[in-house]
Order: sequence, then C-alpha cells, then structure tokens
Amino acid sequence: MRLLIAIAILITSIMPARAADDAAFTAVLSKLPEASYAEKSDLIKQLVEIHRAGTKELLNAFLEGRLYVRDSDKKIFIVESSDDAFKLTDAVTNQTAGTVSQDGFSKIGVNNQLRRVLRAALAQFDLASPDRDARLAAVKEMQRSMDADTTAALRDRLAKELDSAIKKEIANAVALADLSSDDAKVRLQAVTTLHGSLNPDVYNRLQGLLEKSPEGEYVEPDEAVRTAAAAAITRIDRWRQIYSAIETLLFGLSLGSVLVLAGIGLAITFGVMGVINMAHGELMMLGAYTTYVMQLLMPHYIGASIIVAIPAAFLVSGLMGVLIERGIVRFLYGRPLETLLATFGVSLILQQLVRDVFSPNNRPVETPQWMAGSLQFNEALSITYIRLYIIIFTLAVFAVLLLTLKHTRLGLEVRAVSQNRNMAKAMGIRTEWVDALTFGLGSGIAGVAGVALSQLTNVGPNLGQSYIVDSFMVVVFGGVGNLWGTQIGGASLGIINKLLEPYSGAVLAKIFVLIFLILFIQRRPRGLFPQKGRAAEG
Amino acid sequence: MISRSMLDSIKNDRGGSLLLALLAAAAVFVPLFNLAVPATSALHLSTYTVALIGKYMTYAMLAIAVDLVWGYCGILSLGHAAFFALGGYAMGMYLMRQIGPRGVYGDPILPDFMVFLNWKELPWFWHGFDMFWFAMSMVVVVPGLLALFFGWFAFRSRVTGVYLSIITQAMTYALMLAFFRNDMGFGGNNGFTDFKDLLGFDLHRDGMRISLFVITALFLALSYVASRYVVSSRAGRVVQAIRDAESRTRFIGYRVEAYKLWVFVFSAIVAGIAGALYVPQVGIINPSEFSPVNSIEIVIWVAIGGRGTLYGAVAGALLVNYAKTYFTAVLPSFWLYALGALFVLVTLFLPRGLVGLLSKVTAKAEQA
Repeated sequence: MRLLIAIAILITSIMPARAADDAAFTAVLSKLPEASYAEKSDLIKQLVEIHRAGTKELLNAFLEGRLYVRDSDKKIFIVESSDDAFKLTDAVTNQTAGTVSQDGFSKIGVNNQLRRVLRAALAQFDLASPDRDARLAAVKEMQRSMDADTTAALRDRLAKELDSAIKKEIANAVALADLSSDDAKVRLQAVTTLHGSLNPDVYNRLQGLLEKSPEGEYVEPDEAVRTAAAAAITRIDRWRQIYSAIETLLFGLSLGSVLVLAGIGLAITFGVMGVINMAHGELMMLGAYTTYVMQLLMPHYIGASIIVAIPAAFLVSGLMGVLIERGIVRFLYGRPLETLLATFGVSLILQQLVRDVFSPNNRPVETPQWMAGSLQFNEALSITYIRLYIIIFTLAVFAVLLLTLKHTRLGLEVRAVSQNRNMAKAMGIRTEWVDALTFGLGSGIAGVAGVALSQLTNVGPNLGQSYIVDSFMVVVFGGVGNLWGTQIGGASLGIINKLLEPYSGAVLAKIFVLIFLILFIQRRPRGLFPQKGRAAEG
Repeated sequence: MISRSMLDSIKNDRGGSLLLALLAAAAVFVPLFNLAVPATSALHLSTYTVALIGKYMTYAMLAIAVDLVWGYCGILSLGHAAFFALGGYAMGMYLMRQIGPRGVYGDPILPDFMVFLNWKELPWFWHGFDMFWFAMSMVVVVPGLLALFFGWFAFRSRVTGVYLSIITQAMTYALMLAFFRNDMGFGGNNGFTDFKDLLGFDLHRDGMRISLFVITALFLALSYVASRYVVSSRAGRVVQAIRDAESRTRFIGYRVEAYKLWVFVFSAIVAGIAGALYVPQVGIINPSEFSPVNSIEIVIWVAIGGRGTLYGAVAGALLVNYAKTYFTAVLPSFWLYALGALFVLVTLFLPRGLVGLLSKVTAKAEQA
C-alpha cells in the first residue's frame, strides 16, 4: 500500500513538467487520422521532436499497423487484436483501456513510403543503444531514408560514437547527405570521404554528380568536386572489378572443389589401379545417405551429426568398395572395358537398393547452423560459408590423401604395386591385399565427398549419376595417376566454368567445358600432368 | 557384284541365316496376325504389340551398330545413343513439319513449341525438313558427320581404350545438355511429339503401323547384311586385326585411323537410321534419349547377346528389351536389380555372351 502511494506521488510530481509536452503530443497525434500520407510523415517527425516517453512504442505500433482511432470520440489507441476483440492501450497515457469488440475503430493507414520514415525514426531511438549491433542496424536503417533530421541525428552521433566501423558507416551516411549541400567545400569534403566506399548508393550518387542536365549543364557546378567525383568513381570501379574477379575466382574454386572431391577418389581407383569404377557416383550417393541417416540418429545435434558422418561415410563407402573389389573387380584386372560394364551393373543395383530402402524421392538433409549464412568481406564481396567450407574441406581431404600415399606404409605399397606389380609381389608385398585397400580408400573418399555433396545438392538415388561424367572428366583432364593433377585440373575446370557462366549461362558453360575437354584430350591424351617414367609404360 | 559378294558373306553364317529367316517370317506373319486374324482370336497380335516389336527391332539395329565398333574394332563407344537420337531428331523434325496447321496453335509453318516460345520465324536449320528426301538424307548425314568429325579428331590423336569411352560419353552428355535448352530450337525437354502423319499417311492407323513394322524389319535385315559384308570384307579383316593388335597392324603398314574412322562412321549411320525408324513408331523423341545411361545399356545388350557376332547383338537387344518390358510391368523394382546383376554376371562368367554359351553347349553335345 505504501509503495503504491509512493509511486502515485512520484507520478504526480513529474506530471506538471510534462504537461506542456503532453499537450503538444496530443495535438499532433489528433491530426494523424485525418492527415494525408505526406502530412503523416511530417507529423511523425514532429512527434519524434517532442521527445516524450512512449513515442517509440507508438511508432512501432504505427509501423505494424496497430494504431487505431475510435470513431466515437476520435481517441487514438494502440491495439492488440485477439480473436475478434481489441486489447486497447491509450496512445497518450500509455495505459491499458480494456478489451472491446473491433467495431467502431478505424485503422490509421500506413504505406511503404511511410514505413520507411517510421523505421528511420525508430532507428534514431536505437542510435544510442549500448548494443553495438543495434547501433549498426540503426545507422543502416537511417541511411535508407536520409533527410535533414536523420542527418542531424547522425551527425550528432558521429561525434560521440567510439566504434570505428560504425563511425565510418555514419561518416559515409553523412557525407552522402552532404553531397546535396549548397557549399562546394562541403561537397568536396563529402566526395573525399566517400572515395573508398563500395556502397551502390554512393556509386550512383557520385555518378549523378557527373551527369549533365537536359540543358547541357553539369548537375554539379563546381569543377573541383567533379574531378574528385570522377577520380572516386574510377577508384571504386577498379576495386569493384578486383572484388568481382576475386568473387568469380572463389565461386570457381568452390565449384572446382566439388569436382575435385568427386574426382579424387576416382583418381585413386582409376589412376593408381587402372580400374574404371562406374559405381563411383553411387559410392558418393552412399556417403550422402550416410549423412542423412546420421541426422536421423542424432536429430538434436545436427551440427555435430555432419562431423560424425564424415568417418561413418568413409567406412560405409569404403567397405562397399572393398566388397566390390573382392567380389567383382579382382577377376577383371587387365580388362578395363569389362570392369567398366560390371561396375556399372553395381551402380544400378545400388541405386535401386537406395530406392527400396529409403525412397525414390529426394531425402531432406539439413544444413547445420554453423554452415548457414555468408562471410561478408565488404559490400562488394561475400562468400557463403558452405562454399568456403567446401574449399577448405577439399584441401584437407587432398592433404590427408597425399600424406597417406607419400608417408605411410600403405601408400608406399600402393605406389609400388601401381608401378610394377610383379616386382612388388617379389618383394613380399601382398598385392591382392593392397588392391583391396586401395579400392577401399578410393571408395571411402567418394563417401566423404558424398557428405559434402549432401549439403550442396539433392540427396536422391540419382545423385551419383549426375556427377559421374564430371568426375571422370576431372581425372582425365588432370592426368591419370596424379593427385596434384586432379586437384589442379578440378580447380581450373571449376574456374573456367564460372568465368564462362556470365557470358553464356550455366548450361552452355558446361557444354563448352565438355567440348573443351574432348578437344583437350585429343591434344594431350594423357592429361595435363602425364605420368612419366616407368609408371607410364605398359 | 556387291550383292553377289554380300550373299557370299551370308552363306557361311548360320546365325545370320537364321536371323534373316526369322525376320522374313516376322515380316509376313506379324501383319497377318494383326490384320487378318480377328481381334477376338487368341492368335491376334494387337497393334500395340506390333509397335513394341518394331521398337525392339530398331534397338536391334542400334545393337548391330555398337557391335560393329566394339565387337569388331574394339572401340567401346559409350555415346552411340547420341547418333540414334540425332537420327530420331531428324525424323522428328520432318514429322513436326508435317503437322502443319493442325497443331494446337494452328500456325501453318511454326511447330507448337516455337509459337509457345514466341518465335516469329523458322530457324535456318529447320528449313528443308518439310521435304521427305531432305529429312531422310539428314538422318544419314548428321550422325555420319558427327562421327566423322569426332572420330577424325579422336583416332588421329590415338585416343584409345577407356579414354575414348569417356570422351564419347562426354559427347552424348554435352548433346543432352544442349538439347535440353529451349533456345536450341528442338523443343527443349519436351522434345517432339503429337505427330500426325508420314508421307501423307496417318501414323495412328493400323495399316501404317504394319507398314512401318515391315520397313523396320527390312532395314534391320539390310543393316545386318551390310554389316556382315563389311566385317567379312578385306577391310573388315583389317579392322579385326586392329582390335586384336593395334600397334602391330599399324607397323605392318595399314592406316589404322582411316579404318577405324570408316567403321565408326558407318556404325553411326546405322544407328541414325535406327533412330529415324524408332521415332514414328514410338511417337516421341526427347533429349533423354541422349542420356549416357542409354548408351551404356546398348553395350550391355551386345555383351549379353555375345559381341563380335552381329546376330548375337540382335538377340541380346531383343531379349533384354523384352525382359525389360515384362519385368517393369510385373516387378518394377526387380528390373534394375536384374539388369545390374546381368551386367556383373555376363562380364564375369559369359565373356562371349549367350551366343558363346550356346556354341559351347552345342560343341559339347557334338563331342558326346
């Protein structure tokens, strides 16, 4: 009881000081229902200038279309609709006014123009927020509708802001506004501030300075400002070109990484062993399905499931590979064309198996949280995390494989067998064992590639088929029996593809790449990096 | 002269003689059972069945084409479906032009899909396809030329074995992607369908179906005889020598590339004609015919029948496709397992296919 009285006293003591504000506020507010949209935006600015508590809630409600006027007494309420009723809050006193039926109220209309004004106005409230991200968002929001007020607010903030990134952002926004200043010096200063910005708005505004009016006169009367603007545009253009080249390169690399992933397992089975494995695509498919199963097994840890899926997929596809080698391929060594046909048979069986066990339809594989989104370098350059991780992942797989082949006992034996089977046998290497393990290794890598592909394409029974031609191409292009060749070949094919795409479209680019490869093989039948020495014989 | 030596080449060919006799019997009896026997009789062959057998026979021609290059020359082409589809598209273009103003949009010249894409005039490569003789020459010329260019490049730079297989696969894959595009002017992924008539005869009438059947049987016989003639000619022997020992043949002084090229081109033309016969009987052609999987399937027909025999290829094509039709209707999911197992088992245990198995069995019977 005592507490309530204390609060009541407190409120009444503040009242007189705010009475004048309240009057102005109510006066402005009461004009709102009848005003045109243009007038409304003026009224909003007046409301903001009154600096009264509760304005933010009011504007927010307005933005969300929850501001209504009661037809009987023209009082304005913030409403929350539930079922058929309105829960009312008085817009002036900010006190709840009961729940009534929706009849007898009219909404105060908002349009997109007005929404932008409202958002900018609201952003001003956030400009002083202690949260850095909120401030940054506020600045960006305000940039979208710059006028004298917002500029003034930003200029105000510029002096107080401590965070350098936000400071730069504000400076740009202010400079953008200053471009319309009457003072040539201010304009020149603004152009100088803007000359490193990659914001498309800045570019357009600077471009606008150089244009001529229909009468043939420059829009920008001052020579020095024009020169500075032209210089800034050239600079921005150059940077944009560089960034877009980097972007194409990154896109190409990520596409190339997919190709490398698809091809690198094949490079082992085909390159090192001389065996054509047409079921390679289906081994990738198995890897992708393993990812799916892992997500089913651990539905609450999607982010971790993909990590677990990598060794699991390696095992599943690797074991399948060993099975194929022991069951079929070993009877067909030295008859590559027959191996091709038999393994194609295996691929059909695996496809049908997946259709029967899972479903003929694509399975949904979720992308873990930590792979969503994109890495924003600046306004002209960003790359999605998936692309980035694919590139890194491919390099990791490649490094592991290379180290395995170069520095392990198995790698040594694999190389020995691939160079001279009989000699290796004579030295006591169990070539059959090595064959099975090599095939298993190549297949396991295909499974790991499948994990990556599950994040990029649809996981379905046809996943393998769509990659088989590509992966053969990469191996043949890079040079058979050469992991470096596969890596470089895949990456360059990806980049070529992405370089062509803007000019010809994705499908034509792919066709051109295929034609290029067909012609390339005529010139260099053994690929980019042919094997030399003894391994090349026979 | 040539016909005399062609006959000679058949004389000692038991399997071939049997095949030709069967084809002749089919050409006589199938129309008889379809047209003369009333529909209520057990012996009646429905028009659907006739078209189905007709389709199988075009596949058999395709198998002969693949057997020529693979069984006799050792070139494992994984792109022969491309030649088949190109022949089919040439025929399809003629059939599309024949529709004339009877299309859905009623445009007298432009096919429906072009009207749909808002094209104003016929692309240049569509001109002439309203004339039957021109379209038919394209059936031969287009696949032939593609094979000529492709083979000339590939054989001259001595791309062999698996590499050749892979680039033929890339070729058909690239063509598939290309034909899927609407801008190519070949109907995009819908391809051509809804044909009305051929040379003025309604394609949907039983009589026309039967005529197409007999013509297909005739062409199958003809391509068999011609292929047999080719392989038993002097040049054909060189081709087989190339298959068995390419370098040795080259060192003896034969121009290996030239022989390979001509076999390849001839084979592509046979495949193209097969495609042209396929389209009016099936009533549709679309880019999926180019799919690399189709090409591999042809190879398995040949492998199952027995490669390097020609008639084995025909038998393989007929058997596998009959089994496919049967099982996809009765046990749909079983078919792919069966086909997959066939690939594996035939390559492991029947390197010479069913024909090889048969001759082994008869040889044993004679010994006993």
